[in-house]
Amino acid sequence: MISRRKFIAAGTSGLLVAGCDRLDRSETFRGILRSSEGLTMKAQRLITSRDALAPEYRAADMSPIFRSNGTRLPNTNEYARHLNENFANWRINVDGLVARPLSIPIQKLRSLPHRTQITRHDCVEGWSAIGKWHGVPLATILGAAELSTRAKYIVFHCADRFGDRQYYESIDLIDAFHPQTILAWAMNDRLLPVPNGAPLRLRVERQLGYKQAKYIQRIEAVESLAGVYGGRGGYWEDTNDYEWYAGI
Amino acid sequence: MNRIEIDEPAPAEASQVVVRHRLGTRIWHWVNAVTVFVMLMSGLMISNAHPRLYWGNYGANFDHAWLQLPRFPGWLTIPSYYSLSGARRWHLAFAWLFAAGLVIFLLVSLWNRHVQRDLAPTRDELRPRHIWHDIKEHARLSFPTGEAAARYNTLQKLSYGAVIFVLLPLLVLTGLAMAPAMSAAWPWLVEAFGGRQSARSIHFLCAAGVGLFIIIHLIMVALAGPVNEIGSMVTGRFRLRTEAGQQ
Repeated sequence: MISRRKFIAAGTSGLLVAGCDRLDRSETFRGILRSSEGLTMKAQRLITSRDALAPEYRAADMSPIFRSNGTRLPNTNEYARHLNENFANWRINVDGLVARPLSIPIQKLRSLPHRTQITRHDCVEGWSAIGKWHGVPLATILGAAELSTRAKYIVFHCADRFGDRQYYESIDLIDAFHPQTILAWAMNDRLLPVPNGAPLRLRVERQLGYKQAKYIQRIEAVESLAGVYGGRGGYWEDTNDYEWYAGI
Repeated sequence: MNRIEIDEPAPAEASQVVVRHRLGTRIWHWVNAVTVFVMLMSGLMISNAHPRLYWGNYGANFDHAWLQLPRFPGWLTIPSYYSLSGARRWHLAFAWLFAAGLVIFLLVSLWNRHVQRDLAPTRDELRPRHIWHDIKEHARLSFPTGEAAARYNTLQKLSYGAVIFVLLPLLVLTGLAMAPAMSAAWPWLVEAFGGRQSARSIHFLCAAGVGLFIIIHLIMVALAGPVNEIGSMVTGRFRLRTEAGQQ
């Protein structure tokens, strides 16, 4: 027999959880909770100088194994062909709101002056890994393409697919021009491995892992994210309701 | 029934009503009653996304975890179905209420001397003999009566102090230390905790401490007379009882 106290406790817990689930499914309530995303971003930006660097570590501090996450091998024929060719014909297109659209061969990109940084990768799930990245500052590329003053966001179109959806991510210009924001082509002193985004991935060190787009093929400058894919600024934002601002 | 009996003040003699909790304390208590539950339950869902704890700056699947947590069941999590983004949405929104409430409570309570007058243990109360006496009294479930029940006893002061001044502030600070943007804004914060994964472990340990506090707190409320105790946290007024033997 179930005691009255137990019955009340179980009932209360059940009601509480059921109530929270109902609230969680309500678009209005989600909207209220989501408003904290803007508050968090404004507050963090307020106390962080524009060029404040994420911590950089010594070689001795690095993770022995840097795990990968998300796509480990893009499953398209096109990517398989590029992998077979050792990415010899991989190009990065830069377009959208730029005066000079570019199409940069990966070899050319690897020959540009690069930045090396040992930084911490924080996954939204909770784990962290420290790795060493070599890459071209995104600011260099945006400068060469002569970014329009109308541009507000930079969108990264990726070669990997989740089902029939293409992975993409976006950042604003504060992060795009941050000195540690690089298009990385090497990790831990080796060319970027396939599970970590070969041949090119983004490092945007003041945000979580899902912003670090891998397998980058196209960089697009836009004024608004509304017309891009699902309109929320990224694959996980569109499909799973993750926040676009991932500084926390 | 006759009038004389009704007019007799006899029952009032045994009890006296005092104001025990100020409005600020009561508001903060009930805001927290909601906020802390949301934080704990959404936090358990976030833990489910990667239920391993590490020390240091890095820590992932191939690294040594000092603690492997169980997968928390749906009736303990918000939302009850697996959703890391949903749990984060709850956790990071209520975190603002939680942190703002704590800061305001601390400032107001220092200002109106609630901390100094009611929460700080006196020198005498901190003597081992006094603490030991309080522990024995609690173990016998013999709670203070009369005037003494209007004030916090030593064990209450120590446990409330540990929660208000240690666990809750640490939860806010270690929470901030886990944010990648905060590592750029305040790099000293994450280093103060010994790295991001250490901050995450401390965050979990403090949350467990708050969970333990809530369980003991609810048991104590139930044993000490739930109607009077809960009523006093709503209205502020507490009915003092004298021991039967003293009458």
